[in-house]
Amino acid sequence: MKRTAKKTGRRSPLASVALLGIGLLFTGGAYVVVSQTANATSASASASASTASDLVDEGQKLFSANCATCHGTSLEGTGSGPSLVGVGAAAVSFQVGTGRMPMANQGAQAPAKAVQFTDEQISALAAYVAANGGGPEIPDESLLQGNGDAAHGAELFRTNCAMCHNVSGAGGALTEGKYAPALNTVTPQHIYEAMVTGPQNMPVFSDTNLTSTDKQDIITYLLYVRENASPGGIDLGNLGPVAEGLFLWIFGLGIIVAFTVWLASKSN
Amino acid sequence: MTTTESAPAAAPRTFIGKASNYLEERSGISVAVKEFGRKVFPDHWSFMLGEVALYSFVVLVLSGTFLTLFFQPSMAEVEYHGSYAPLSGMHMSAAYASTLHISFEVRGGLLMRQVHHWAALMFVAAAGLHMLRIFFTGAFRKPRELNWVVGFTLFVLGMAAGFTGYSLPDDLLSGNGLRIIDGVLKAIPIVGTWLSFLMFGGEFPGSVIISRLYMAHIMLIPALIIAMIGLHLLMVVLHKHTQYPGPGRTNNNVVGYPLLPVYAGKAGGFFFIVFGVLVAIGSLVTINPIWAYGPYDPSPVSAGTQPDWYIGPVDGALRLVPPHIESVIFGWTFSWNILIPSLIFGIVLISVAIYPFVEAWVTGDRREHHVLDRPRNAPTRTAIGAALMTAYSVMWAAASGDLMATHFHVDVFLVTHVLQVLLFVGPVVAYFITKRICLGLQKKDREIVLHGIESGEIVRLASGEYVEVHKPIDEYERWRLVDFTSYAPIERTHPNADGKITFGSRMRAALSRWFYEDRISPVKPSELTSGHEQPESLPDN
Ligand code: HEC
Ligand code: HEC
Ligand code: HEM
Repeated sequence: MKRTAKKTGRRSPLASVALLGIGLLFTGGAYVVVSQTANATSASASASASTASDLVDEGQKLFSANCATCHGTSLEGTGSGPSLVGVGAAAVSFQVGTGRMPMANQGAQAPAKAVQFTDEQISALAAYVAANGGGPEIPDESLLQGNGDAAHGAELFRTNCAMCHNVSGAGGALTEGKYAPALNTVTPQHIYEAMVTGPQNMPVFSDTNLTSTDKQDIITYLLYVRENASPGGIDLGNLGPVAEGLFLWIFGLGIIVAFTVWLASKSN
Repeated sequence: MTTTESAPAAAPRTFIGKASNYLEERSGISVAVKEFGRKVFPDHWSFMLGEVALYSFVVLVLSGTFLTLFFQPSMAEVEYHGSYAPLSGMHMSAAYASTLHISFEVRGGLLMRQVHHWAALMFVAAAGLHMLRIFFTGAFRKPRELNWVVGFTLFVLGMAAGFTGYSLPDDLLSGNGLRIIDGVLKAIPIVGTWLSFLMFGGEFPGSVIISRLYMAHIMLIPALIIAMIGLHLLMVVLHKHTQYPGPGRTNNNVVGYPLLPVYAGKAGGFFFIVFGVLVAIGSLVTINPIWAYGPYDPSPVSAGTQPDWYIGPVDGALRLVPPHIESVIFGWTFSWNILIPSLIFGIVLISVAIYPFVEAWVTGDRREHHVLDRPRNAPTRTAIGAALMTAYSVMWAAASGDLMATHFHVDVFLVTHVLQVLLFVGPVVAYFITKRICLGLQKKDREIVLHGIESGEIVRLASGEYVEVHKPIDEYERWRLVDFTSYAPIERTHPNADGKITFGSRMRAALSRWFYEDRISPVKPSELTSGHEQPESLPDN
């Protein structure tokens, strides 16, 4: 069932829109549609998971249904996915919470896509992985409020992150088709988790590199940039001089040339 | 203008009359007004591109003067306590701090900065487009070769002004750019390091470069630009304007409107249009958000660092060259990976500058030309232009290879390799395609002149045969289509005084053959009369 739904979805985007529409009509919520593709059996179980061990059990179930093919039944890893022993709750929360996992198809880099699990399911998966090897934890809420020192964060961002993510966080290309994504929509929690776990080609910024306050400052800066529109007007995607040059040639010079044509034609 | 030579007899009574009389008696200005006022300018939109560059320059001077009131060209370190929170408490140069001050505290300062920078992009872009127009219409031919060189100098000066200005705010992005310049300087064999130390007053980045660039940016280069603009316009007046082929337009006249009042009125209005468009863009669209880049510091380098568009091709050439090609000769390191791209860019620029002389030599054409070529009627030149444009565009595209990679989800190496191949294959392909298109269009023109335009009307002749009626074109249109000269290649190579055929003349003959070999001659009057017979033999309907 999972298979066929995916196939038609790939064949025609309209078909998936129609499916989604029908799904919404008949079941009364996007929740069902999303969890249906992920795992049909898990929806009822997650609601009842309350205690810590229940959570781990629940996580294990989800894991063996969705992740074990690649990461192994006991997190040991397989030919198609690395070992997850010791990657920590933060890594799971980041990878699953941004939709990168479960990975859809082998490519240069697992891209962020629509999230396939509910928050409870993600916590369950994270609890399960953390219970089997420890590792970086989900950051404390207090570090994610954007109330640190933006100026210090900006400086840290320029020295530690700009070479891959671009000074204004617009993203950049890495080798072999890999890329550092733009940072304008990532949630503070995922920013923090990306730093402590170093997904894929990103280095790990452990607490000896950047203390938790430093990380808080970086988040503060990124949130500042996001919440305050460019004082100069339309920002052209913060892509720098190339975007500015294209804008000038297409719009600036385009408008001027239209005026010249108008002026020259009036006299005839 | 109310005054004339006989004015003293009847003393002027109005204020303007009195004022101009006062001026006239002290300067004899009416002679100049008459001379210039009667200059005739033909009307075509493409003749206004040079004006756009001129007006952008005026906007640059106006907005730049405003900026000098607040800008501090100093690299002295200061601590920032202005209104932009994400930089507060940071150490930075006074230049950067003052640019932030202009952007956030000076009333209208950010607008002025943005207008200045957009106008800089517009200045070089309009000059470039203007140059393309001159090139493709053959307006650089005798007697205007020197003015082509002056115009070319203006384009290069524009790039220099842009680059020096771009570096002034001393932000991270422009600092990265300067670092590249430093690298290019240092790559010059033997003297490179000394040159770099000379320019930066010591090891990069030093503490003097901003004030030196400032001197060049607001004094030296603008002064040169103004001098060149003066020379350029003077030559335009002396040579008179060229015109597109058309009825009554010959090599000995100019058809159009006098400068005063028609053209001056239009031009004045057009200045405000250009000014208005630049201010509108400057107030709506961010350019060079230096606050987002942070102060210059040699350690961080940002992804996606690029220069302004007109320096792009240099950056692109540096990105396209394969890495690691270096050799050590007698203990001197030769960094070919930097020298070759700089050389290629230099060669492209120089070949643009000397093109008119090369073409005149190759074609042996020493006549004066005041009527423009339609690009299709000079297929080889048009094709050369298309090839050069392609090479330039590929280098330009290479400067944003990383952005193409992330936006189209392809490997950045793949983009680089494709562009490397395109740099060599693209121009050749562009050359042949363009030439074929031109020849095809010329053939079409010939058809139209000889047989008229297909009317879509099918007529049955008495004999039962069906033919399509071709409507003859009117004489005005025909003039446009036949008024050009098609040259034959220089076939004979003349022996010189010693009776030898020199290598030079042999080469010239070969080049001339290449230039003129494929050609389609314009319709001759004799052909025209015979061509007309066909539609006339049709029955009247
Ligand atoms: C199709 C195979 C596949 C599936 C299914 C899959 N993964 Fe992965 N996963 C990978 C690969 C390959 C990597 C390593 C490459 C990368 O990071 O992109 C990875 C990396 C990870 C990482 C990061 C490891 C680290 O070192 O930081 C986590 C965490 C993770 N996966 C969790 C999950 C979870 C949880 C699921 C189930 C919801 C899942 N994965 C499903 C293939 C898969
Ligand atoms: C060596 C290059 C590199 C550096 C340095 C780097 N990153 Fe990354 N970053 C990456 C790559 C590559 C990814 C994409 C990983 C993936 O898709 O799994 C990424 C992903 C991220 C994400 C997730 C984006 C998303 O769309 O979900 C965040 C947030 C992030 N980085 C923040 C940072 C911060 C903050 C720093 C500096 C402390 C930093 N990065 C430094 C390469 C880098
Ligand atoms: C002739 C008069 C000119 C003056 C007095 C002048 C002055 C200045 C000053 C003071 C700056 C300071 C930087 C800032 O505050 O942003 C500046 C920046 C700049 N100038 Fe000029 N300039 C002139 C002409 C030009 C020309 C002809 C060009 C280009 C063709 C140019 C391009 C630039 C650029 C690109 C910047 C960077 C602006 C920014 O970062 O936003 N200027 N100029």
